[in-house]
Amino acid sequence: MGKITNEELLNNINTQFGDRVTVVGEPFGLLTLETTKEQISDLLGFLKNSPVLQFIYLTDITAVHYPEQELTIGVIYHLHSLVNNVRVRIKVFIDGENCHIPTATNLWEGANWMERETYDYFGVIFDGHPDLRRILNVDDMTAFPMRKEFPLEDPNRVDKKDYFFGR
Amino acid sequence: MSDIQIVGAPAGVEGAGFFATSLDKAVGMARANSLWPLPFATSCCGIEFMATMASHYDLSRFGAERLSFSPRQADLLMVMGTIAKKMGPVLRQVYLQMAEPRWVMAVGACASSGGIFDTYSVLQGIDEIIPVDVYVPGCPPRPEAIIDGFMHIQDLVRTESTRRRETPEYQKLLSSYGIQ
Repeated sequence: MGKITNEELLNNINTQFGDRVTVVGEPFGLLTLETTKEQISDLLGFLKNSPVLQFIYLTDITAVHYPEQELTIGVIYHLHSLVNNVRVRIKVFIDGENCHIPTATNLWEGANWMERETYDYFGVIFDGHPDLRRILNVDDMTAFPMRKEFPLEDPNRVDKKDYFFGR
Repeated sequence: MSDIQIVGAPAGVEGAGFFATSLDKAVGMARANSLWPLPFATSCCGIEFMATMASHYDLSRFGAERLSFSPRQADLLMVMGTIAKKMGPVLRQVYLQMAEPRWVMAVGACASSGGIFDTYSVLQGIDEIIPVDVYVPGCPPRPEAIIDGFMHIQDLVRTESTRRRETPEYQKLLSSYGIQ
């Protein structure tokens, strides 16, 4: 068990941010919050630098593509307070066409590669990132392969064409 | 009495104190029985190749015990395993560094067609970037299959003309890959 409960954690955040941060749920005891891209830098900075909470460890940054939503790209942050043994998840939804969100590299050096990976796969542009380029895929790739419109199977594949199977 | 088998002489004219055959056949026989493979092993097919090279299956019986880890001395490029798109230029560079005559064997489903990795990051068969002489099916192929593929390469080496690189078909094949 963590040294602070989700309730205390939420009270701490609410006194600072009020209704600018909303609670999505608490699946498996993991407090999940949602905020906007205007608030995310302040929220991450507060969680890291607050002497009570001390979320000093950035576990992961990733993204999810929901084509049916108005704001199609969700950027997800996982933070871990090593001192209090508690975790938190923060979601920010942004526009899929104009995918901009502030970087977290000024808070955690480790955010550098996580943001590059998120850019590589989802095309999220982290404003202020020192070196935002592809990290895993080939440099000349033009698409963002984890977006839903990207075909699952490689178009160059020849041995699975329908005419080989009488279709 | 030793049971070591020696490769038989190629077809030719034999008489008292002389034996005549064509240079193509003599060179082909010599090449086929002293192929230097370059193992380009990226995953599990490479493990099968280790078994193929080891004493039980013993690829050296076919004159291929000398693995060449430099492409410049290699005759046969054996590509064993998944080739990611990012690895593609590396593989192509290795192929370009090999001197003629050179042969290529795609071992296993991934090297031949991409295998189960039908996805954005994996090359759908190495024949997208370099010409391939023999494909060995299997996921991974057993050492017997690799040896069978190797023996097919030997057949090619034995029967192809000494200067394959000067034939128009070969030139056309290479230029279709943008080589030379």
